[in-house]
Amino acid sequence: MTDNALTKAKATVKKAPAKKAVAKKATVKKTPARQPAAKKVDGAQLVKFYRDMMLIRRFEERAARAYTEALIGGYCHLNLGEEAAVVGLMSALRETDYLFTNYREHGYALMRGIDPNRAMAELYGRVDGVSKGWGGSMHMFDMTHRLLGGYGIVGGQLPLATGAALAIQYRGLDEVVMCTMGDGTANIGAFHESLNIAALWNLPVVFVVINNGLGMGTTVAKASAEPEIYKRASSYAMAAERVDGLDPILVHEAAQRAIASARAGKPFLLEVVSERLRGHSVVDPAKYRSAEEVAHLAQFDPVPSLAARLIKEKILTAAEVHKIDEEETGRADAADAFAQASAQPDVSTLFDYNYATPVPNDSRRLPGEPLFAVTARPEVSR
Amino acid sequence: MTIKTYRQALHDTLRAEMLRDENVFLMGEEIGVFEGSYKITAGLLAEFGDRRVKDTPIAEEGFTGAAIGAAMLGLRPVVEIMTINFSLLALDQIVNHAAKIYGMFGGQAKVPLVIRTPGGGGQQLGATHSQNIELYYAFVPGMKVVAPSTPADAKALLLAAIRDDDPVLFLENLALYNTKGEVPDDDTPAEIGKAKITREGHDLTLIGYSRMAYIAKNVAETLAESEGLDIEVIDLMSLRPLDRETLVNSVKKTHAAVVLEDDWLTYGIGAEIAATISDGAFDYLDAPVRRVAMAEVPMPYSKVLESAAMPTNDDVVNAIFQTLEAVGRRLKKVGQSHD
Repeated sequence: MTDNALTKAKATVKKAPAKKAVAKKATVKKTPARQPAAKKVDGAQLVKFYRDMMLIRRFEERAARAYTEALIGGYCHLNLGEEAAVVGLMSALRETDYLFTNYREHGYALMRGIDPNRAMAELYGRVDGVSKGWGGSMHMFDMTHRLLGGYGIVGGQLPLATGAALAIQYRGLDEVVMCTMGDGTANIGAFHESLNIAALWNLPVVFVVINNGLGMGTTVAKASAEPEIYKRASSYAMAAERVDGLDPILVHEAAQRAIASARAGKPFLLEVVSERLRGHSVVDPAKYRSAEEVAHLAQFDPVPSLAARLIKEKILTAAEVHKIDEEETGRADAADAFAQASAQPDVSTLFDYNYATPVPNDSRRLPGEPLFAVTARPEVSR
Repeated sequence: MTIKTYRQALHDTLRAEMLRDENVFLMGEEIGVFEGSYKITAGLLAEFGDRRVKDTPIAEEGFTGAAIGAAMLGLRPVVEIMTINFSLLALDQIVNHAAKIYGMFGGQAKVPLVIRTPGGGGQQLGATHSQNIELYYAFVPGMKVVAPSTPADAKALLLAAIRDDDPVLFLENLALYNTKGEVPDDDTPAEIGKAKITREGHDLTLIGYSRMAYIAKNVAETLAESEGLDIEVIDLMSLRPLDRETLVNSVKKTHAAVVLEDDWLTYGIGAEIAATISDGAFDYLDAPVRRVAMAEVPMPYSKVLESAAMPTNDDVVNAIFQTLEAVGRRLKKVGQSHD
């Protein structure tokens, strides 16, 4: 990291009082007080952000309900509380840029332009799903929208994103790869190897850490010797910044700076300080959080806070805000209805994606079938 | 035809494929300036430059994963992992990513990746540098695993692997690099998923891959001369997919099989071969399928102990004789020819 980058990064960090003693080392994060953006806010952009955040909010709530009703299976990790971060980041990418992300990716898929119907159908494991029912909640993928995957293995997407950036550089293209991850990912070996390679080879990639303070039930302070994760970039002479993830405008602007840097061949580490409003996944009651802390969380909810701001700054009336909510709730409900009506995959398609290049002797045996047909004992002449 | 070493066949094929297709490029530790630990990539950095021949940091997970990501965008990386032992550091990227991406995303992204890596012991490199762990990759659907035993097959399988749209683990062997053989001058790829009968015979089926296919062929030829035995030899060539049909059809003809493997016996490749023969040719067998495999120890450094741990030609000959004796007993015949 250059001195300039470090200074800039530090300037972006907002200090706030400790929420509780155990979070002492990580007290630099979290502040409910919104700093108005320095320049005049673009009202239309803010309204767009609000609508997008509301779509994610209602989609995730609808998904949680379907999961609780056992209509969708597997794991289900939600973006609730991270809507401002998701919207701010995704709005800074061009259509031709790529996104690699982790298993908490429904909102990212929606913001890459994927039809909510297809995203929900994937949760239901149906043929119209964005990954045709093969991926589920953790593995959404759409080449046409350049979402190159949600990945279920923590850190798995980092080397892949680095390689995609290498391919862009190899071809001399003007595209950028964004690679998002959670705070826990910063402690895995792939983080170190990927950031080192990206910086060494000047690859057009932005690594984004969504620091919501918790890796499952483990606080950042308990998992990271350096809880201010953006500072890790200094090990790779990489530019970095930390931004308040509860304000979509601040996130958007930081993402724009990071992406511009990557496009110019300087990879970037962006830490977005966010909140996870619920458990790690739908089924997690989050007992590791105190009642006090959970009650406190409401102040960090970016959706009502943006609604209040829109009304306060007279960009929208309360009725207009409510109408957006109704419309996006309608889209989430429609997505759920679409998913429920979508067909189940036919069992005959089980081996359709064994290999991209077909080869002889590729196994298509179902579990109950023998390797070779059992026949009557033959007369063998020896 | 040209006589070449296994090493030269690999080198020449890599070079030809790089000349043929701009998307083919090489990545790995010490493959450029150092010209490769086993010199397969000698001269390629000078010829193609550092865009096409990328020296990487010592970061198997990072650079193997980067190759997978580049392949997802349509490049055709050929990664060298210095020895298969180090591929364990990239296991997550190979097993959880390369092998999964095509299926897990419903066929939307291909991973045209080749991982070249040598296995094998016998070089006094000790426990961590002498393993045969190709099984780990052959176990995983989505992977293709090939293992040539001759310079000609090295060329034909490498052509097939580079032109294939799936991740291929291309197993080389330290003991084979200096072996020589005739290599066709034309560029005809092998068919991944097919075994090859390298010697026809009726007395017994001898099965191996990589170094053990080389030994199998030599032993069979020696026994034909010295004992008049007529042994059929199968080189698996491809560990996934596995050509079960060729194995079973051969045993239906010979009624006996010996499987050679450089890996450990328990849960090894030979176990899969033996099970396949049991499933497909049970009624045709005149003796249990015999396996010749490495002793179940971490490979020792001492030359004496290392040699004792690895299968030898004599081990193979003994296994063949014992199996034929078992066949003779069962058929109430005496297998005198080899006594």
